[in-house]
Order: sequence, then structure tokens, then C-alpha cells
Amino acid sequence: MQTYIYPEYEVVRDRAKCVNCRICERECANGVHRFDEKLKVMVEDSAKCVNCHRCVCMCPVHALKIVKSDDTYKLNANWDNRTINEIFKQADSGGVLLSSMGNPNTYPIFWDNLLINASQVTNPPIDPLREPMETQMWLGSRVVSIRRDAEGKLVDTLKPQLKLSVPIMFSAMSYGSISYNAHESLARAASELGIYYNTGEGGLHKDFYKYGANTIVQVASGRFGVFREYLDTAAAIEIKMGQGAKPGIGGHLPGAKITADVAETRMIPEGADAISPAPHHDIYSIEDLRQLVMSLKEATDYKKPVFVKIAAVHNIAAIASGIARSGADVIAIDGFRGGTGAAPTRIRDNVGIPVEVALAQVDQRLREEGIRDNVSIVAGGSIRSSGDLLKAIALGADACYIGTAALLAMGCHLCRSCHSGKCNWGIATQRPDLVKRLDPDEGARRLVNLVTAWKHELEEMMGGMGINSVEALRGNRLMLRGIGLTDRELNILGVKSAGESM
Amino acid sequence: MKIDAKDMACEQLNAAIKASADRKIEVTDVVGQRYIATACSDKEIEIHGTPGNAMGAYLDGATIALYGNAQEATGDTMNGGEIDVFGSAGDATGYAMRGGKIFIRGDVGYRCGIHMKAYRDNKPAIVIGGRAGSFLGEYQAGGTIVVLGDEIGDKPVVGYFCGTGMHGGEMYLRCDRIPVTLPPQVKAEQIDAIPSDVKALVERWCKLFDKDVKTYTGAKFFKLTPDSENPYKRMYTSN
Repeated sequence: MQTYIYPEYEVVRDRAKCVNCRICERECANGVHRFDEKLKVMVEDSAKCVNCHRCVCMCPVHALKIVKSDDTYKLNANWDNRTINEIFKQADSGGVLLSSMGNPNTYPIFWDNLLINASQVTNPPIDPLREPMETQMWLGSRVVSIRRDAEGKLVDTLKPQLKLSVPIMFSAMSYGSISYNAHESLARAASELGIYYNTGEGGLHKDFYKYGANTIVQVASGRFGVFREYLDTAAAIEIKMGQGAKPGIGGHLPGAKITADVAETRMIPEGADAISPAPHHDIYSIEDLRQLVMSLKEATDYKKPVFVKIAAVHNIAAIASGIARSGADVIAIDGFRGGTGAAPTRIRDNVGIPVEVALAQVDQRLREEGIRDNVSIVAGGSIRSSGDLLKAIALGADACYIGTAALLAMGCHLCRSCHSGKCNWGIATQRPDLVKRLDPDEGARRLVNLVTAWKHELEEMMGGMGINSVEALRGNRLMLRGIGLTDRELNILGVKSAGESM
Repeated sequence: MKIDAKDMACEQLNAAIKASADRKIEVTDVVGQRYIATACSDKEIEIHGTPGNAMGAYLDGATIALYGNAQEATGDTMNGGEIDVFGSAGDATGYAMRGGKIFIRGDVGYRCGIHMKAYRDNKPAIVIGGRAGSFLGEYQAGGTIVVLGDEIGDKPVVGYFCGTGMHGGEMYLRCDRIPVTLPPQVKAEQIDAIPSDVKALVERWCKLFDKDVKTYTGAKFFKLTPDSENPYKRMYTSN
């Protein structure tokens, strides 16, 4: 049987503008563009196009655009084109559908239903251009015991803390899932900004040890690249229990993607499959988690905060309560719109809950139980702007992880084809000819620009609210109002409705 | 240096071991203290008693001789060195170990050697004198696991689900019958003689625990390896 899926997007070339320079042909790793020697014109095969916009950006005469195809099956509100095509693909191959990047479906985005307060008359706004604004944040456990030494002086019992100049960090993306140059861009930007980037579970390349003071290293179920030096080099250690894009699912980096350099960083043989089992097989309880937390602390002389990263799932508040008692210093919550280099489509699109509700519930539960100060909370899973960032902090986050936004800053156009390994922007690929397209100088500069711009916006919004430090914004839900939300949703988010007074 | 661990909390004991200038350390009266010798690289530690979980986690070259039984997660993510257990060890022994060797006189619990992997010259090895619980060597990606079946009577040498998800490395089981419930991704063949590097491991075990070398090296073994004809992967369709 012949099945043909008409391309979802079509490449449109303005032949009047095209000068046959063949740049598009060289730039496309998917082989969309080709010069027809007979007709002496450029031709295109839209079926190969992933809509990454590389050719559109690189065309010197702006002769190219990508448009949504108007080809359609008979319109059906239940069986839409995408659903039908997925059935065709599976009937053809018998395969599990594999996708990249965050959940693209039309679920409610609670950030867009939250409005921020501003001061008027009685509590004047603050102008961040003339008054100091504190965006610095510290991550770690705030629980201290009062102890005095023999001379009666206070003994410092504060556990190790991470200092952030802005409450933003780059979320975990492994070397293997993204390129060497992407990692270097993130590392350099984090160093320059006084924030942190996260190695993901693929180990730390030896060239990047020098950025250790701004590096969070990950320990996941496969324990790739985990050894003493890796732990010693980092500013903090993150135990990855789950990921928002694929809660309950492990990872499988096929041998073909394990190049010599990736193999060395992961500390496995070249070409061998890298399987991260779904669970840590030594963690079946909070007590077991505590054991891994404490063994990592013991291995690093109790000098580094330990994060535990979990996916936002239905019972998140109770899970977080356990983690807050496990000895961990920071809980990172990853919402179901978080990105990924590859995840089964059905998992990505159906499993987990939005970070907004998870964060609100975790913060509330920990406060009710009197253990909120045991840990800091980091929220991630699609923080798209400084607006989302501010709302997350007001809902109780100490800081946010940004992944997709950081990738976009480096050139990603969200074509969601990371799993193909042919990223035309040099990010989600290990092909040397593609990797070199991302200049780490440029990548780092754009990341610094993005975070700096968000910092200014954060200051401006805080100033408008009459708040001059992120600390004072944290958990300040009175600064938020919900719009278009049900009573139940407002309750869960712990915010009042727009129009309700203090 | 001698340390009496009686009434010492684990943090105190581990700090004392770390602070010791001596290379050789003898620790006595150990009762359940966890994380002993974590990430240790340059010491020879002798332990008397029963240490708690995660002894020798991230071990990086040190040697530990334990005169007693080990608890859970011994040698977790071990990178180098040697752990000799003059008794039995608990669950998740040698989890994700990448280098070094663990010798156990008796049995191990569940999930021993899960996700063991090799890297360059690092070829981790676990030699289990008695029998192993279920889930031995799941997701094994490299290295060598040997189970000798010493003094186990009629009991099977390994439990259920041995080698599920195995995609590298090898296991040697000293037994007459192939274990039941081997997953389809694991290939088992009976061999008349073990290769020299495995023989050296068995000899070391015999020497440590005062056993007759010939009884063990001369026996028939089943060798378990991943079945490359039947790889452990699911088929995906790009979407």
C-alpha cells in the first residue's frame, strides 16, 4: 500500500529574487535544496524540510520562506491531520513515535492567566534606574542551629550556598544531546553572568573543568562520567530523578551518537549504547534517596549543595516533602512543557503536569509542614520570558531553570528535530561540519544578552510593584492575580482573582 | 593508625579516616556507620564489624578489607581500587561501577552489578563466592561479573532476571545448568575453561579466602554475553 504524507511545511522560493548562489544548499543538512543543472535554477524538496529556518536566515537576498501547507485531509475536529499522520507512520513502521523539545499541544498555560501587581499612590513604585535593586539570590538550605564556641562567639552552621547574580540558571543538557560548542557557550555565559549551567547526565568535558565554579554536575541513573574529580570540580551536584518532558522514562543514546569525544566525557567505550534506566536501581524510597544525597556530600566533604531534580507529576507535593527531608539542599521541579533531545511522543504530550501548579503546591506544602527553609526550589519546564520568571518567583520559586529559551538564544528555531542529530544550527548535533556553525563567542554573547535583558525587565517589574529585592518577591502571591481561571485553579495556585483586593 | 569506631557517628568516623596521615588504617567495632571511605584514593583500610550502606562509594583507588558483612550499595559508582568482603554483601553491590574490583566470600543480595561499565583501561570486576540474588548485572554495559556458587547446596547460583538489558561486558557462572528465566537479549554458552584474565580473578578470590584454586578454576562455567543478534533496543519512528 502506498502512503504519502504531504509535507507539513512548504519551502517557497521567490524565483525573481533568487540568484542561484547555492548557500541554501550548503546550509541544509537535510538536503532540501538542490541546483538543477538542466534548468539552471534552485529547486527544493519540501518533504525533507524540518522547518528550522536556517536557509531563510542565511539567504542573502531573502528569497526563501517556509509556509504551513494548506494540504489537508477532510477536516475533522476529532481526527486532525497530525493524529491521522501519526497513525500512518506507526502503521508503516511499527515504531514508537519519537519527538523532540517540549510539549507543543494546546494545554492551558497558567503563566498567561496570571497578572502582576503594580504600586499606585500609597506605596510608590521604585525606579530601578536611580535606586538599587537586588536580583541576587542564594540557593541552599537555610536551616541553622545556634551554636557558640568557647569564647561565646556564634559558630557558622549555615550549609553550603550557591550565589546567583540573577535567579536564572541554564538547565541540564548533556554533551551528546547538544554539541561541544553549545556547552562552551553555556559555560562561558554562566561564568560571565555569575550564574550556573548544568552538564546534564553526560559527564563534563575536560576542556570545561575551568568553568567548574559555575557548573552544576548531574548524577543520573546511568552515572555517566561520575567520578571524584567530576564531583570535586562542580559548584553543586544535581541528582536527576526525572525530567518534565518524559517523567518515568530513562534515556537511550544510541551507539552511533557516541563519538570519541562524547565517549570520553561519558566514560564509556566509543560506539557503545548509553542507556539510562528509568529509575535509579538503588533508589526505591526517600531513605534510599537520602543515601545517595549523603554519599555525594560525604564524597565532597559537605562543601557543595545537592539538588534533586524531579518531573512535575500528580503527587509532587508529597514527593517534594520527602525530598526536603532527605538532606537535599535544593529541589528542582521540571514541568511537563520542558524540553528534551528525544522523548516518546505519547509520554511528552500526555504525562506530567504544568510547573505552575506543581510549584505552587510544593511551596504551599513545604510551608504548611514548616520545612520550606530546608530547601530552595528551582522551577523549570518552559520559562519563556522574564514575566514567567517573575510569576514563578512570586509563586514560591527561589530561581528558575531555562533550557529552551537558552537554546533559542543560541540560534535554535524550535523545529523539534533534535533526535535526528542533524541540527543545522550546530546545537543538537555531533557532526563537526554542523557544530562549527555555532561560534561559542557568539553563543555566549547572545546568552549573556538574553539574561541581562531579563534582569532589567525583572528589575523594572519589581520596581513597579514597589519591591526592591528578589528575596521580598519570593512566595509573595499577593503580587499575583488570576484571570480566566476557575475557583479550583485559583485555590491550587494560591492566588486571588483579578479584581479581588488584598 | 587504629580507630575505634564504637559510639562514633558516621560523619565523625569518616572525618577521622579522611584526616589520617597514615596510609594504613584499621577501624574496629564498626556498627552501621555509612559512607565509609567514600571517594577515597590513597589508603589501605581494614574494617572489623558491620559497616552501613554505601561503603566505598565512588572509591577511587583505595583498598578496603572488610572482616564482616557489608550492607547495601557497597562500591556504588566505584572508579578504582579493591574491596574485599570476608562475609556477604547486600543489595546493589557495585552499582554502576566503572573500575576496580570487588571480591566477596559469600553471597550478594539483589541488583548486584547493575549498570557496570568499562572505560578504556578500567575493567571493573565483581567476584561473588556464593550466589547472587535476582537482577544480577541488569543493564550491564562492560566489565566482568563472576559467580562461583561456593557452598550454596541445591540453590540456584543466580536469581531471576539475570542480565536483563545487558548490552556489554560478560558474566561467568560456575554451575552445571543454565539459569532459568534468562532474558532473550542474553546469550549463554558453556565453556570448558575460563579465559586467563577471569582465571586471575578467581585465583585472587581463592587466595583471599583460602580456597583451593583448582576446584574453582578447573570447573565448568556458563559464559553470559549480550546477544548481538537480538539487541536491546526498541524501534522508534521519527515524529
